[in-house]
Amino acid sequence: MTRRSTLLRCLLLLLLAASAVRAQNGGTLRFCLRAEPKTFNPLLVSDDASETVRYLTGGVLMRLNRQTQRLEPALATSWKLSRDGRSISFTLRDKLYFSDGTPFSADDVAFTIRQMMDPALHSPTGDSFRSAPGELQIQVAAPNRITVTFPAPVAELDRLFDQVAIMSAHSPKKELAVLGPFYLADYKPGSYVLLKRNPNYGKKDAAGQPLPYLDEVRLDIQSNRDIELLSFRRGDLDLINSLDSEYYDRLASASPGLVRDSGPSLDSEQMWFNQVATAPIPAYKRAWFRDAGFRRAISDAINRADLARVVFASHARPAYGPVSPSNKFWFNAKLPAPAYDKQAALQRLQQAGFRLDNGVLRDAGGNAVEFSIVTNAGNKYRERMATMIQQDLGGVGIKINVVTLDFPSLIERFTESFNYEAAILGFVNVDLDPNEEMNLWLSSGENHAWNPRQKSPATAWEAEIDGLMRAQASAVDIHQRKQAFDRVQQIVYEQAPMLFLVNKNALSAVSNSLQGVVPVVLRPQTYWNIDQMALRTEVALKPVNKDRH
Amino acid sequence: MRRLQKASWVLLLVVAVASLFASVLAPANYATQFRQAPNAPPSRQHWLGTDDLGRDRLSRTLYGTRVSLLLAPLAALLSTLIAALVGGIAGYCGGRCQRLAMAATDLFLSLPWLFLLILARAMLPLNVSPAASVTVTFGLLGVLGWAASARVLCAGAASLRNSDFVLQARASGLHGWRLLARHVLPNLKPVLLAQFWISIPVFILSEANLGILGLGVAEPLPSWGSLLRELESLDGFSGQLWKFVPLALLILVVTSFQMILSTDEVTP
Repeated sequence: MTRRSTLLRCLLLLLLAASAVRAQNGGTLRFCLRAEPKTFNPLLVSDDASETVRYLTGGVLMRLNRQTQRLEPALATSWKLSRDGRSISFTLRDKLYFSDGTPFSADDVAFTIRQMMDPALHSPTGDSFRSAPGELQIQVAAPNRITVTFPAPVAELDRLFDQVAIMSAHSPKKELAVLGPFYLADYKPGSYVLLKRNPNYGKKDAAGQPLPYLDEVRLDIQSNRDIELLSFRRGDLDLINSLDSEYYDRLASASPGLVRDSGPSLDSEQMWFNQVATAPIPAYKRAWFRDAGFRRAISDAINRADLARVVFASHARPAYGPVSPSNKFWFNAKLPAPAYDKQAALQRLQQAGFRLDNGVLRDAGGNAVEFSIVTNAGNKYRERMATMIQQDLGGVGIKINVVTLDFPSLIERFTESFNYEAAILGFVNVDLDPNEEMNLWLSSGENHAWNPRQKSPATAWEAEIDGLMRAQASAVDIHQRKQAFDRVQQIVYEQAPMLFLVNKNALSAVSNSLQGVVPVVLRPQTYWNIDQMALRTEVALKPVNKDRH
Repeated sequence: MRRLQKASWVLLLVVAVASLFASVLAPANYATQFRQAPNAPPSRQHWLGTDDLGRDRLSRTLYGTRVSLLLAPLAALLSTLIAALVGGIAGYCGGRCQRLAMAATDLFLSLPWLFLLILARAMLPLNVSPAASVTVTFGLLGVLGWAASARVLCAGAASLRNSDFVLQARASGLHGWRLLARHVLPNLKPVLLAQFWISIPVFILSEANLGILGLGVAEPLPSWGSLLRELESLDGFSGQLWKFVPLALLILVVTSFQMILSTDEVTP
């Protein structure tokens, strides 16, 4: 009797386990692309929508785990970097096939890298690997072994391969034959992109079941965020990858279980002053803006905690500097936390030669301190931040005029006419590595916001930043690089060329029917582990209306 | 009808007095941010609650009424005068003059003025006070908003040109400006007034829309337009009826103006 009951229990457990596995299989995951994908060629991706399709379909040699922020093997089982940082050798996984059944080998890796580095293709992915002109060398030692040698050292060479989706050298389907969890099955411009499960995807879960669990991913093309939110509420979408704080709170008030706040993202909002020598602004104002004491006083007088709490409904954190604390490795933890201190601001201003005269701040020449802050019209968060800064700086006797302009006009002022005094804009950081920010920090850079395209650095500290950024870009030792970039962050804190205001939180919405979702701050925040995400059975069986749009 | 007329007068008077004495009646400065209470519901301290930055909504509504109630009618007056000049003369003269004026009006209507407005904002100096920026905004609206009214007035003037009493006046030797001033324009008055009243809410809403382009009233000065922007999101106002007060005020004021106008018309 005991044996029989034990056997029955075992059978029941097996049945339950089998049904649980079945519950994790199948179904269509639905979410929105906010624009039309510009390309399906993984080497030509430069926009968010195409990047989403590449992430979901492309197989890469190694993948950056968005949670641990460490590289993990994918198509390559192992890799080795040369000491000089020029070469990388990969050992590839055996018996892998593209989605159309074409076998995968080192030839495909060689083909992809050659294509990527072909100057005629103008691949944005390839640009990250171009450290110096010269010949690229590729050695295929065996079907599963390959060594790539670049003409000069490439910083963080292994990490860059997270972006390189391997293409088939032999498949007639060309870039549509993929090694990622899904392949492109259908695309209706203006309506949707349909991805189907890649039957040849090489990964399995701990129980040995082939991944991914999902049958399809349907990406509806929808730029209107109100409609996206309504669709999610109706249950027509399973996730919203990135929400702003207002939409987050609206959704949270109705369904608190559906929203996720992953903490400060890599994105930041910042303010800077125009320091361009030829800018059409009065000389005395340029002198204020070029004075580090003045800039740091303004920084002290801004209540960042209030900006985060009032403007972003506490879904943001006061920014320390150019690197978000979420960037675990590159963040300089020695930087002091930003603090609102009106008295310190007034003291700094006094030291810089300013004085308060009947509630109006005046410089040494008697000029009342008044300047305008421009930002892009229609962005209510920036407009609100500017209005709050207007009140904060009013507290130290400074008059601020908030000016909102259409975006093209704003860009023209930043890059051509330099006809502005101070500005508020945001940065969207997609990469952890500081090399992505070379164009911002080098004094010769187009995006060196406060004084772009300098022929030679205008100040000693900008010259020092130039040297440090170049040194870290060519260094192979990661700790040397970190040391150099820590110093850059320290200089930026001391000189305050940009006043970093807040880091917005990574906010998302996930349906209860979706399992295995672990939202993180790195892009793509919610579906970075899509091959391990599953829909509950009852949802998985729900028919999908493909002509909804 | 008289009761409605009286009620309209009373309402307009109350609104006008309240906005003129905003500095006395408002519980707070329109720019003061009560940062501990953003988006607060109505309370003893804030009768109409607070906005996104914690500013007292009642105070902003009172000051915003002052701005909009003064400047929108001025812009409407400007546009109606230009329309009367172009449309009235074209309709009265007829022939080539009318065709030419109406072709110019059509061209004016078909031009993408949005780009002109963007250009105008880009050309303005950056350190412009909020009061100057709001005046420029309504001024531009007045200068650019005459074309549709001009067509209506032209049609009205053209029909008067061939009427019996104008013919009789001509026969008795009245010509030119005197005929226009004595007989044509007084008979165009109802059309002119209608165009004037219609323009006021249009300009108020246009100012609200221009805010998105950065050409509206600069912060922190409020206007009905900037207050109405709170209602722009799809469900941001669900269950918060107090956010509708500026909209209700706009509807009441415009309706009151029209009530007074319509009773004026039937008064002998």
